Amino acid sequence: MAIVSLKKLTKRYGNMEIVHGIDLDVADREFIALVGPSGCGKSTTLRMIAGLEDISGGTIEIGDRIVNDLPPRSRNISMVFQSYALYPHMTVRENLGFSLKIAGAPKEEMDRRVAEASAILGLDALLERRPSQLSGGQRQRVAMGRAIVRDPDVFLFDEPLSNLDAKLRTQMRTEIKKLHAKVKSTVIYVTHDQVEAMTLADRIVIMRDGNIEQVGTPDEVFQRPATRFVAGFIGSPPMNLQEATVDDGKIVFSGGQSLPLPGRFKAKVNAGDKVVFGLRPDDLYPVGHGLHSGDAADVHEIELPVTVTEPLGNETLVFAEFDRRDWVSRMLNPRPLRAGDRVAMSFDLSQAHLFSAETGKSLRA
Amino acid sequence: MDANASARLRRRAGVVAHRVGLFLAMLLICLPGIWIVLSSLRPTVEILAKPPVWIPQQVSLDAYVAMFSGVGKGGIPVLDYFRNSLIISVTSTVIAIAIGMAGGYAFARYRFRGKSAMFLGLMLTRTVPGIALSLPLFFVYARLDIIDTHFGLILAYVALNVPFTIWLIDGFFRQVPKDLAEAAQIDGCTRWQAFWQVEFPLAGPGIASAGIFAFLTSWNEFALASQLTRSINSKTLPVGLLDYTAEFTIDWRGMCALAVVMIIPALLLTFIVQKHLVGGLTSGAVKG
Repeated sequence: MAIVSLKKLTKRYGNMEIVHGIDLDVADREFIALVGPSGCGKSTTLRMIAGLEDISGGTIEIGDRIVNDLPPRSRNISMVFQSYALYPHMTVRENLGFSLKIAGAPKEEMDRRVAEASAILGLDALLERRPSQLSGGQRQRVAMGRAIVRDPDVFLFDEPLSNLDAKLRTQMRTEIKKLHAKVKSTVIYVTHDQVEAMTLADRIVIMRDGNIEQVGTPDEVFQRPATRFVAGFIGSPPMNLQEATVDDGKIVFSGGQSLPLPGRFKAKVNAGDKVVFGLRPDDLYPVGHGLHSGDAADVHEIELPVTVTEPLGNETLVFAEFDRRDWVSRMLNPRPLRAGDRVAMSFDLSQAHLFSAETGKSLRA
Repeated sequence: MDANASARLRRRAGVVAHRVGLFLAMLLICLPGIWIVLSSLRPTVEILAKPPVWIPQQVSLDAYVAMFSGVGKGGIPVLDYFRNSLIISVTSTVIAIAIGMAGGYAFARYRFRGKSAMFLGLMLTRTVPGIALSLPLFFVYARLDIIDTHFGLILAYVALNVPFTIWLIDGFFRQVPKDLAEAAQIDGCTRWQAFWQVEFPLAGPGIASAGIFAFLTSWNEFALASQLTRSINSKTLPVGLLDYTAEFTIDWRGMCALAVVMIIPALLLTFIVQKHLVGGLTSGAVKG
C-alpha cells in the first residue's frame, strides 16, 4: 500500500518550472531517499509534500487522502529541518512536547510521550536545557525527537546531517537507521550526499533538473544506472565516463585509444553509434589488485602511466592516464606506486556500461 | 623577558587610558542631566552665576512645591499635562507598535509587488523634519477641528513613529529563521499560532526596543505639540515647560524641575523594559 503517492506533481515559480510533473509511490514503512545535486527540485518536492509550498499541478496523497490544499498541520507528517529549527526560547522538554501542547493533549500523555522519545534518543539528561546549550549532534537528536513525538504517518527529513562534521555525520547516519528500525515508519529523506542515500534508503530516487532520473534500490541504481547522469552521480569515486564511437566490435575513444566492445552490447549498438562508455573504479585495477566479477575472458589488460595516487590505507585510488584523461581505479592490497610508473591495468569489461551519447539513456543488455 | 614585561605594561596602561577615556565621555554625556537636576534645586541667581557654581550652596525643593501648589501660587497644571502626555504617548506607542509589527512582519516575510518602493517611501518620510509639516498639519487639523484634542496628537505621533517601528521590527523578524515558523506549522500550529507562539517571543526584544523609541519620541516631542495643543485638554509636558516663560522673565528653576518630572517616568520605563532587551535570544535555533 502506498502511503505517499505523487501524481504529475509540478511546481512553477512564475514562468519557471522547477519540478516537471513527477510520479512517485512510497510504500508504508519504506525509507525513501530523494537525492540529486543542488537545484534539482528534491527539497522543493519535500516541501510540497509537507505543505510548506503550494503545488502548481498534480496531486499529493498521504494515506489515501488527497492533501493538495491542506495546511501542514492537517497532513499528519513531521519534518526534520536542515537547520534543526529548534525553538530557542523553549527547553528541550518544551520543544519535544510543543506539538502535543498545541494539540491540547493532557499533561500525563505529554509527559509519557516526551519520556518515550527522549528514551529512544538518549535525551533524558538534556531535557531542561535550551537549544543554545546543546552541541550540533544533540540538537539534531532533539529535532528528531520532536518529529517522533508527533507519531506521524510520514517522517520528512530535509538534509538533516549536512550541518554536522564528517565524524558526527557518520554517527548520526547510523542512529537514523536504528531509529527507523525502531519506530518503523515511512520516511522520505532528502540529501545531496549519495553515500547517505545508499546507506539509509530502501529505495533511492535520483532527481535532476526537476525530473526523476531513476527510482530503485541502492543495488539497482549502483549496478544498473538507467542514465549516464545516475552512473556519474552514484558511487564514490564516481564512474569513469568517456565519449566514444562504436566501430566493428570495438569502442574507439576520441583520443584514438580503443577497447573491445563487450559481448552483451553487440546486439544493442551499430557501427558509427556515438556512445558514452562507463567503468566503475572497482572494475578497473592494476593487474592482480582487484577482483573481476564476470567471465575472465572479459578482462582486458592495458599498460598505463600512473599520474596520481591517493592511499587510503586498505586500498589506494590510482589515477592512470588512458586516452588523454585520468581514469580512477581502485587498487586492493595496495603496493607503493609513484607518479610516472607504468602499470598493467585490468579493465573488467563484463561490468562496463554503455549509454547513448545523444539521450544519455543506458544501452544495457 | 624584557619585551614581555614592556608589552604587559603597555597593555595595562592601555586599559587605564581606556577607562579614563570612558569616564570622561560618560561625564560629558551625563552633564546636561546633572545640571538640570542641580538647577531645579537652587535659586536662579546661582543658576545664572558666572563663572558657574558647580556645587549648589543652597538646596531647596521650593520649585517642586510651587509646581504642585496650583495655578495662582506659582504652580502649573502639571497633573493635567502629565495625564495628557501619558494618554497620548501610551496610545500612540501601542498603535505604532501594532502597525509596526504587522508591517515589519510583512516586509520581513512576504514578497509582494512594490515592496522595496514602499519600504523606501516609508524611510523617505523620515527625512522630512517634523517641524516642516507643522504648518500644513495645523491647517488640516483646523479644518478637521481636531486641534487641541488627544486624538489629533495621537494621530500625528502614530504617523511619526510608524516608519521607524516598521523598519526596526522588520530587522528583528528577519533574524528569526523562517524554518522556525514552518516547524511550528508542521507541529500543528496555524499560521497565526506559529506567529504568536514562536516568532513573536523571539522578536520580542526588538519589539520592546521599538516600543521604547516610539514612546520616548512621543513623550519628548515639542514642535508639533506646541502647534497642535492649546489648553489643559491636550497640552503635554514639553509644551507645559513654556508655562514658565513670561514676557520678560524665564523661571529657569521651575522649568528644570518640570524637566526632572518629565525625565523620571521615561527613565523608569527604560529600566523596566531594558531587562527584556536580551540580545542573542535566537541563538541555538539553527545551525550547529
